[in-house]
Amino acid sequence: MSQADRLELDSMFQLKGSMLAITVLELEHNDLKSLDTQLAAKVGQAPQFFSNTPVVVALDKLPETESDLDLDQLMTLCRRHGLHPLAIRATQRAHIAAASKLDLPVLPPSGARTRQIDPSAREQSPPVGPVHRPTRIITTPVRGGQQVYAPGGDLIVMAAVSPGAELLADGNIHVYAPLRGRALAGIKGDTGARIFCQQLAAELLSIAGQYKVAEDLRREPLWGEATQISLSGQMLNITRL
Amino acid sequence: MAKIIVVTSGKGGVGKTTTSAAIGTGLALRGHKTVIIDFDVGLRNLDLIMGCERRVVYDFVNVIHSDATLAQALIKDKRLENLYVLAASQTRDKDALTQEGVEKVITELSASFEYIICDSPAGIEKGAHLAMYFADEAIVVTNPEVSSVRDSDRMLGLLASKSRRAEQGLEPIKEHLLLTRYSPERVTNGEMLGVEDVEEILAIRLLGVIPESKSVLKASNQGIPVILDEQSDAGQAYSDAVDRLLGKEVDHRFLDVKKPGFLQRLFGGRE
Repeated sequence: MSQADRLELDSMFQLKGSMLAITVLELEHNDLKSLDTQLAAKVGQAPQFFSNTPVVVALDKLPETESDLDLDQLMTLCRRHGLHPLAIRATQRAHIAAASKLDLPVLPPSGARTRQIDPSAREQSPPVGPVHRPTRIITTPVRGGQQVYAPGGDLIVMAAVSPGAELLADGNIHVYAPLRGRALAGIKGDTGARIFCQQLAAELLSIAGQYKVAEDLRREPLWGEATQISLSGQMLNITRL
Repeated sequence: MAKIIVVTSGKGGVGKTTTSAAIGTGLALRGHKTVIIDFDVGLRNLDLIMGCERRVVYDFVNVIHSDATLAQALIKDKRLENLYVLAASQTRDKDALTQEGVEKVITELSASFEYIICDSPAGIEKGAHLAMYFADEAIVVTNPEVSSVRDSDRMLGLLASKSRRAEQGLEPIKEHLLLTRYSPERVTNGEMLGVEDVEEILAIRLLGVIPESKSVLKASNQGIPVILDEQSDAGQAYSDAVDRLLGKEVDHRFLDVKKPGFLQRLFGGRE
């Protein structure tokens, strides 16, 4: 096997994602003269820090009225002070056009990562989202003696839950009808789980093991009303929906 | 193919057998060839209410065990041309029923009948389970009191999960609510649940409300299905229920307290 063949077979590079801390020079006003003097003062304080420092120049905080900016001059100004702009952060069309003329990459504004500025930046690998647990939805009445469990997620019941029926969920329980049976949310210990129902007439309510039975529930002023039940400390809180 | 209708309730004594006899007779009266099967093996009653107890030779269990043919066991009603009864065995218990045996009998009956009424025993055990397992429709008989409503609710849960239609993922059993022994006076006095209360809890279609009536007991003792007593309010209410079962729109009657008439008040007469 010749050297050339091997070179063709072996991969020459790897693409890797990486997070870098980078200085952002955020422009508040479009006034290059003042910027020049202020930047000079700043660099004077720590000349070592500002020699050959890569920066991203952010133009997205510039007021709309001061958008007429000479990007080329701004870049020259930065370099003179030892800053090396890698890219600009911008939203305005004029800025993006100017950047592409200078072959300067454009980054989306902070806090709006989903908004694509540069169509060429679309070619990203799809983000790996959190694992989605589908909610269990029941549309027929849950009768006495029946038990419905939503493992790892929420349970939604769109019909009446009869006395003697039991609803269980690792997450929240929603009942868009009278709840006359038992409802146990967060049974694996999720204290943030809640129970929502259109008409509270339950035999038992429980969140993460803390429970109340009908005898106590009946004394609630919200008995028979649309309520939500949440846990605070060791107490089940019943509030109006 | 016959339509298989189970008459069930969970609770005992609410009027399942009375209803089976009345609905079955009502269907036959309207020209549909109907058979009523008594699933209450060991506590047979249907033959008494239908007035054919003296003519029982072979029963349901005999047919299941192939000791007799269906033709031998079917008892023809004396009053109506196209009405038949398949009696339960009095000497056996519910374990004498098997799913295969019941299926065989029902399949055979399906070939020649339009309606098969299955009179379920009380409870949710084997007898009740087999009575509803093959059903296409269910009439859930309920009294207007909390324990009966709760048992009916449990039964509706079983109909939706443990029947053949549920297990094979077919269209679910069509459920009908029949409220029996209803007394408008007692509802007004707050001693009894009202129609709306029961409908709200069970949330199924109301097939009919049968008023509490002396004619029901009289009919049972005489062995004449109450639907044949056209003078009685219970008979008329059952008649309306059969019409609704066949898809007719009939207004509900006997829901309100009857004001005693002038002469009745004068003489204190009672029906």
